[in-house]
Amino acid sequence: MTDITDLGVAAIRTGVAQGDFSAREVAEGFNANVAAASALNAFIVTTPEKALEAADKVDADRAAGKTLGSMAGVPIGMKDLFATDGVQTTAASHILEGFVPQYESTVSSNLWAAGAGMLGKLNLDQFAMGSSNETSYFGNVISPWKRSGGSNAQMSPGGSSGGSSTAVSARLAPAATGTDTGGSIRQPAAFTGITGIKPTYGRCSRWGVVAFASSLDQAGPMAHDVRDCAIMLGAMAGFDPKDSTSLDLPVPDWEGELNSDLKGKRVGIPREYRMDGTDPEILKSWDDGIAWLKDAGAEVVDVRLPNTKYALPAYYIIAPAEASSNLARYDGVRYGLRDLPEGSGLQDMYAATRAEGFGDEVKRRVLIGTYVLSAGYYDAYYTQAQKIRALVAKDFEDAFQKCDVILAPTTPTASFGLGEKSDDPLAMYLNDVFAVPASLAGLPAMSVPCGVNGEGLPLGLQIIGRAFDEQGVLNAGLAIEERANFTAKPDRWWV
Amino acid sequence: MSNYRIQGATGDWEVVIGLEVHAQVTSKSKLFSSASTEFGAEPNAQVSLIDAAMPGMLPVLNAECVRQAVRTGMAIEAQINTYSRFDRKNYFYADLPQGYQISQLYHPIVGEGKLLIARDEKAGIPEDKYIGIERIHIEQDAGKLMHDQHPTMSYVDLNRCGVALMEIVSKPDMTSPAEAGAYVRKLRSILRYVGSCDGNMEEGSMRADVNVSVRKVGAAELGTRTETKNVNSVRFVMAVIEQEARRQVDLIEEGGTVVQETRLYDPDKNETRSMRSKEDAHDYRYFPDPDLLPLRLEDAFLVECRASLPELPDAKRLRYTGELGMTEYNAAQLTAEVETFARFETLLAETARQAGKTEAEVATQVANWTLSVAPGVIKSLGDEARLEHNTAAANAAILQMVSANTVSGGQAKEIYEIVLKTGRDPAEIAETEGLKQQSDTGAIEAEIDKVLAANPDKVAEYRGGKDKLFGFFVGQTMKAMQGKANPGVVNELLKAKLG
Repeated sequence: MTDITDLGVAAIRTGVAQGDFSAREVAEGFNANVAAASALNAFIVTTPEKALEAADKVDADRAAGKTLGSMAGVPIGMKDLFATDGVQTTAASHILEGFVPQYESTVSSNLWAAGAGMLGKLNLDQFAMGSSNETSYFGNVISPWKRSGGSNAQMSPGGSSGGSSTAVSARLAPAATGTDTGGSIRQPAAFTGITGIKPTYGRCSRWGVVAFASSLDQAGPMAHDVRDCAIMLGAMAGFDPKDSTSLDLPVPDWEGELNSDLKGKRVGIPREYRMDGTDPEILKSWDDGIAWLKDAGAEVVDVRLPNTKYALPAYYIIAPAEASSNLARYDGVRYGLRDLPEGSGLQDMYAATRAEGFGDEVKRRVLIGTYVLSAGYYDAYYTQAQKIRALVAKDFEDAFQKCDVILAPTTPTASFGLGEKSDDPLAMYLNDVFAVPASLAGLPAMSVPCGVNGEGLPLGLQIIGRAFDEQGVLNAGLAIEERANFTAKPDRWWV
Repeated sequence: MSNYRIQGATGDWEVVIGLEVHAQVTSKSKLFSSASTEFGAEPNAQVSLIDAAMPGMLPVLNAECVRQAVRTGMAIEAQINTYSRFDRKNYFYADLPQGYQISQLYHPIVGEGKLLIARDEKAGIPEDKYIGIERIHIEQDAGKLMHDQHPTMSYVDLNRCGVALMEIVSKPDMTSPAEAGAYVRKLRSILRYVGSCDGNMEEGSMRADVNVSVRKVGAAELGTRTETKNVNSVRFVMAVIEQEARRQVDLIEEGGTVVQETRLYDPDKNETRSMRSKEDAHDYRYFPDPDLLPLRLEDAFLVECRASLPELPDAKRLRYTGELGMTEYNAAQLTAEVETFARFETLLAETARQAGKTEAEVATQVANWTLSVAPGVIKSLGDEARLEHNTAAANAAILQMVSANTVSGGQAKEIYEIVLKTGRDPAEIAETEGLKQQSDTGAIEAEIDKVLAANPDKVAEYRGGKDKLFGFFVGQTMKAMQGKANPGVVNELLKAKLG
């Protein structure tokens, strides 16, 4: 029998339902992998008992002949941005260290209701701000991947959902939740050879998710393949009256409607994504993707997204602006860290707590955000950025007159070594240049693995769809997956 | 333009006033959370996860607060904006857990409207005047700091945090403390009619920021204004204006300049003092709240809001003076407060019903009774009056006996006293206690004859042209009848007998 921890969501669910193995066996297998992988630092907190508890419930339900949920028997990793009742929730920040919510986020509640169990809380970039998972207060997450040729350099799993990408690609979890504000699901998925989808803004409730940039934050699944993502997204999504920006739409049967036959579909290729300095291997993978989609029956058309080059600068105004306000609540008064120097007053406490509790990248973004919203600068920065955001959305609208989905690279390069870019914030921000436009427009977008580069590192292709058309994105992703035959796995060097 | 002037060493000055009134919206739960808004609970007993700004919490707009703001806007004949939006006002303070207040800076829910303050010559308002209202927006209230609970620490009570406020911003259209006082009173009256705010200034349900500037009489330019925050009574609003105008005039005439600043009013010393100047002003970094979608109002919602509005003070006053033929004074008195007109209209309907007359026919009688007779009796009884006996049915029964000439005005008061003390039936009281007036012409005639016979000299004088003696004969007759004769009948009979 194959190692149970090589299985994905669909296989585990089916195996449990058919009695090939028990949910408890699955949970024990992944708990063991988690325990053996502390070198990767993917988890901030592990909760093996939670995974077992959920598994036992599923086994009991099955024994009792009850209908099992869509995630029944699947243990998952939970990004530590989701509030979990009774389990420390930190957003990988010192300022929330020790904070134990008395409430459960809507997305995690939905997953537990569908029969999933929790292996632990996954490490991430602090407050989801970062593209390499080097900004966590709890240390870097190490990618399971290494450059070929015996390189010993530690690689970045991407960010901000770096704990999630490492956990899935290292088989510490069959799937994990991620959140994507400007690429935080897609980029780490691409870096680690897994699949991740950011649904249309509003599909997954933001209630109980520590906010980074409210108008962009969107949760989504990270898993081994497209089908697993379709299953898990179906469990996560749904209208939530507690989130005013939640979409009041029924959740489609994404798994049931999966179909990789793309006859009659048009795939747009945006020439603006062919940027100077893009890795030739990335461009090659893009060409592969075009060929695969043609092979699946799709017609390939050129589309224009003329405002693409303004998207990243606009993103780095809007996201920090919202963050500067969203993070004002971490003030040392009600929860988390409090630094109250002897004899100091309220303002001193704010300053000391925030100076101590926030990491450098968080401070950088709070300062940028505060600056761009300041009197005299608001119109020049924030208002202009909002206009660009509207133009970027308009670009996509125009492009989707001519095509059904857009194909592009997920990232301009494959994964890089930890420390290689951490001193150059701008170089780091450029990692998200292909991911950010879809975030600004609130569109569904996913990354699917398409191969490895010359150094043996995974590459991802990105599919962007119309608002609400996750199905079109998943189907195109499936067509690529079927043709890419991505089977590369990292060696288990950490055990 | 009022005649209010500040006499300075260099001549007369006039004052320009604008008011921002914060009115707590009447609603069961807060603007963006389901926590209760009830006044007087234990500190921090009414705080939701949202109010405490726990990580990941999101605001959800309370539709009832929107409805109340729209109805208020309609009551001041304002533009209702079918598109509005919420903005964050960012600042750090211990009473503001989110680190921002959700408000509406750029697109308020209610646009321009107006409010009428009535002529009141005694108060120095020579004619009716419309005060422009710039806008109404809805926003969250902050919590409360308590500085008297611990020697070195301040405590925070978040019960009020997140409660919905309407900020009602006037134009700088007021030119005297009296006008400002009348504006606040009228606004309070409208809010209470509409039911969108209880108007309770002591509990902080209504408070005003008072913007004051001065200029030489006739000057075109406005002076620099100061804003005195959180003034919580009509009297204090007027006092702030007087003090602040005087202070500004004195300052300018001494060669100083007024600085744009926020001030606080100290009622004990009756003076305003600087809180912070423009230089220290916060940069609030307003931007649209990304947690909330723009607010769009549907036609059906607006129709429902309008249909739910009661008759408003101005319309009611016009109906009282017009249809009901009431004096302006009575109409103004009866329409000022919700409780007053409610009591009046119930009694009016009951009295008309018992008398089988139209409301217009009994309106003046009921108005006089409601405004002067009944309050006088209640006041004189003090604690002896048991107001549960003060029913519309009992009052109407008394009024009915008066208009039927069964009892006199004086008897009516006595009956009312007994009703208030005991709850007994008015007709029974009149009967049992002998509080009915005599309208039997025979009995009255007999007494008149006696009086005339006893005073032949007076009769001669009267007939000789001394008309004033008529009152003497009335008095003597009434005395002989122990006050129980119907004065109308007495008058009639006397006139006939005296020729």
